[in-house]
Amino acid sequence: MRNTILVFLVTVAGTLGEMSVGRAMKDIGEVTRFTPRAIFRVVLQSMARPFMWLGLLLMAVAFFSLLLLLSWENVSFAVPVTALSYVIAAVGAKFLLREEVSGLRWLGVVMVVVGVSLVWAG
Amino acid sequence: MPAAHTLRTKTFVLIALMVLFGSSGDVLLGKGMKEVGKLTAWTLPALFHFLLPALLNPTVWLGISCLLLFFLAYMIVLSWADFSYVLPASAAGYAVVPLLGHLFLGEAVSPLRWSGVAFICIGVVLVGNTPPSTTTLAPAPAPSASHAPAATGS
Repeated sequence: MRNTILVFLVTVAGTLGEMSVGRAMKDIGEVTRFTPRAIFRVVLQSMARPFMWLGLLLMAVAFFSLLLLLSWENVSFAVPVTALSYVIAAVGAKFLLREEVSGLRWLGVVMVVVGVSLVWAG
Repeated sequence: MPAAHTLRTKTFVLIALMVLFGSSGDVLLGKGMKEVGKLTAWTLPALFHFLLPALLNPTVWLGISCLLLFFLAYMIVLSWADFSYVLPASAAGYAVVPLLGHLFLGEAVSPLRWSGVAFICIGVVLVGNTPPSTTTLAPAPAPSASHAPAATGS
């Protein structure tokens, strides 16, 4: 039960958080220069985005849940559990971020999920 | 198309960095937290005795530093690539983590778990074969030669 709640927090809050960060970065636009100065500027720009802060908040919830989980489980058990979020992510990307999730991409996601479940069971 | 080629290359490089820093970060954090021990009860003193050594542990901080670099690479790649591309592609990290856990933490990895790692790798290759960006970089269709009105012609 304890693990179930933590896994839920890690996956759902984590995925929504990452989608918010993705949205903020899409609003900033494609990074084309990779000098330290240019990257620093991108980080500053991201901090002016409300979606960035929403994302960080949700990811912080997911992160501390993961930290707790890692303190009593093997790292090779706890980390793949979070990968259950891949299905939520693909659905969210399609319907919230309006990305084109093709058949091939879905197949890849399903393989990843099968792999994650096997790792979990193993 | 050179633009698509460049885009794919820089997407691969950034995802490789995500996998590198993410996996190292997870393993270091796991190692550090194991040194700290388990949270024994949901009381304030117990939380304090759990969090204080965690925040004083160098391995934990090394792990957090790696995860910050992971996040920076993640932010940058998301500025152009699909979330539904980057996330499954970065699952390559889940193949690396059991390996690192096995090599450095001496954790046993069962055959079943290794087969899971193999499935993850296939999935990553499949996702990697889809176009990295289906939204931001789809420019408004440029007028093609056949449709462009002959503005200066006849």
